[in-house]
Amino acid sequence: MAPLLEVRGLRVALPTRRGPQLAVDDVSFDVDAGEIVGLAGESGSGKTMTAMTLLGLLPPGARTSGSAHFAGTELVGLRRRAFRDVRGRRIAMVSQDPATALHPILTIGTQLTEHMRHHLGLSAAAARARAVELLADVRIPDPEQALRSYPGQFSGGMRQRIAIAVALAAEPQLLLADEPTTALDVTVQAGILRLLDRLRREKELAVVVITHDLGVLSAVASRVHVLYGGRLAESGPAATLLTRPRHPYTRGLLDALPHPEAAAAPLRPIPGAPPSLGAVPPGCPFHPRCAFAQPSCRVDPRPEAVPVDPGHRLACPPDPLRGRPAEPVAAVRTS
Amino acid sequence: MSSSSPLEAPAAPASPPAPARRRARPGRQRLGRFLLKRIAAGLLLCVGITLVSFLLTQLVPGDPVTANLGQQASADPAAVAAFRHQYGLDRPVPVQYLVYLGNVLHGDFGMSQQSHRPVSTDLAEYIPATMELALFAIVVSIVIGVPLGILAAVYRDRWVDQVLRVVSLAGVSMPTFWIALLAFYLLFFKLGVLPGGGRLDPTETPPTHTTGFYTVDALLHGQWSLLGSALLHLVLPGLVLATYTVGMLLRFTRASVLEILGLDYVRAARAKGLPERVVVLRHVLRPALISIITVAGVAFGSLLSGTVLVESIFSWPGLGQYAYNSAKNLDLPAIMGVSVVVAVVYIVINLLVDVLYGVIDPRIRLS
Ligand SMILES: Nc1ncnc2c1ncn2[C@@H]1O[C@H](COP(=O)(O)OP(=O)(O)OP(=O)(O)O)[C@@H](O)[C@H]1O
Ligand SMILES: [Mg+2]
Repeated sequence: MAPLLEVRGLRVALPTRRGPQLAVDDVSFDVDAGEIVGLAGESGSGKTMTAMTLLGLLPPGARTSGSAHFAGTELVGLRRRAFRDVRGRRIAMVSQDPATALHPILTIGTQLTEHMRHHLGLSAAAARARAVELLADVRIPDPEQALRSYPGQFSGGMRQRIAIAVALAAEPQLLLADEPTTALDVTVQAGILRLLDRLRREKELAVVVITHDLGVLSAVASRVHVLYGGRLAESGPAATLLTRPRHPYTRGLLDALPHPEAAAAPLRPIPGAPPSLGAVPPGCPFHPRCAFAQPSCRVDPRPEAVPVDPGHRLACPPDPLRGRPAEPVAAVRTS
Repeated sequence: MSSSSPLEAPAAPASPPAPARRRARPGRQRLGRFLLKRIAAGLLLCVGITLVSFLLTQLVPGDPVTANLGQQASADPAAVAAFRHQYGLDRPVPVQYLVYLGNVLHGDFGMSQQSHRPVSTDLAEYIPATMELALFAIVVSIVIGVPLGILAAVYRDRWVDQVLRVVSLAGVSMPTFWIALLAFYLLFFKLGVLPGGGRLDPTETPPTHTTGFYTVDALLHGQWSLLGSALLHLVLPGLVLATYTVGMLLRFTRASVLEILGLDYVRAARAKGLPERVVVLRHVLRPALISIITVAGVAFGSLLSGTVLVESIFSWPGLGQYAYNSAKNLDLPAIMGVSVVVAVVYIVINLLVDVLYGVIDPRIRLS
């Protein structure tokens, strides 16, 4: 069966003062129906821009190439008008901070029903009835009352649940969750992840969870794609990537996480900072921060993500971590 | 009248309440309480204004007895005593203030030295004239300025925006007297399509008095030709008065719509696949209105000060001309009367702005 979403060689160039610069550079991945896929990487690695491409919401002047095939529709180069039928209806988004993503002065009811009515052609009463169901489904107590309330009257975790209900209102097949738990504390995070996992199972929903925190992915994602400087560093099954990472960058991301068994162990953040747009160094984008960097890493061409095991791709020709013993999965968040 | 009158910016919209879950009560009750609080504050402010206005007259040199009674009557001790008693001038200053306040509450501002009529009679005649003009101008400004501002923001940096930038710049930077003379010359003198001044033609008699707004009175009593004439007479001074505020509202609407267009919740609205029209009108304009309303309030204030000039150019018998003449002649009771009226108008505008805030923004209503 063909994957629901098939991204191949996606490139996104954003306009800057120094001309167009690649924010996403040759990214490929698949998402199946009923699967949670993780897109991980530090700030500026191109995660959000990848998602925005799939929604047709890139900043004005952005140029895309490659392909993103979604359930029979090619999204790259899709005309604006056609994109409006995909957006919200077939691909939905939940963004980082529900405090700012929900409209502060529109009622939850309006925000839940407006696109439902637009996309599904429901009557006001039918849309309201469905809205009540949706809120109950994401475990909002007293949904009838909630419809008349405003986002400011709910806690952060509640707001994120409401934002998920809003995203699911028009029955999309794919949900893009951009840092859905970043603004929340740990126990609330776990609840949101459990919710996404349940929706995946019950509704065959495909979810792309975008995060800079690999720990968030360990419990729910089946596949993980690690981005750095707009390029794929490593991608593969979550279990493999999180226990036997092969890319020094993935390793670094894991080391920067707190370990459940060794709470006292000091966190080891990756030294240095990720490159900004248009300032990605030649060769492997990660080489200036890499402990294993060799002279060949510092010169072009950039390493491409090539298969090293079934379903496991790596963009690190020296492959210094091959054959290392497995390590415990860092910070499982849903237990 | 000046634009530095006591129009203070209403409190900034409250930030969202603490994360703890709070239940909405039926909104109506809260809105009622919110309104009551605002009205009480407004009344308190009114009292404060009369106090300031009263104290100012205490500071200004000049004998109110001579001023009010004229040379002859002030030579008559009985008349002077009666006058001093009526206005409480024979009592201590705090009592005098209370008497003054009582008189103002009864609509008694004393006698005008120029018109030799009670100030209240003058005000009753001139206020509707000015209000009709100013309301016409603010409605025109909002109806033109806000939609154009939205257009400029939506088509940012495209030719529509460039053209509108010139329009708003011209509106705010061209001197009123110059626009007035230009419009007068072109539309009245050259083309003759609009009357050149006054509220009606000299041959016409005003409509039956009900509100003092000629358009409203003519409408109420079915005097259609008078209605047409009154409207035509409003156009020239109204548009001249509105040029500045159109530019101001256009500019400001553009800025606040642009600011909101960049917010996360607008991106979220777009991600829902809503038509752009719905995104702009519901998700962007609603929050933008909160600040646009504030500016419309300020704009109305600046219109009021603009009436002084425009009324004298277009011989509009309103408060602006009256204020100007009172100031020129140091007609204290008239000046005080006008000040109180202007202050009350400003307070009413502020109250209206606050109320509209509460209507638009639940965060204010519910906090
Ligand atoms: N509107 C824009 N115009 C120009 N450059 C942008 C714009 N938005 C983002 N960028 C740049 O594009 C690059 C990729 O940004 P993106 O938002 O995809 O990163 P991200 O991985 O989502 O990071 P974060 O974790 O901070 O959200 C960054 O360098 C960012 O500065
Ligand atoms: Mg992002």
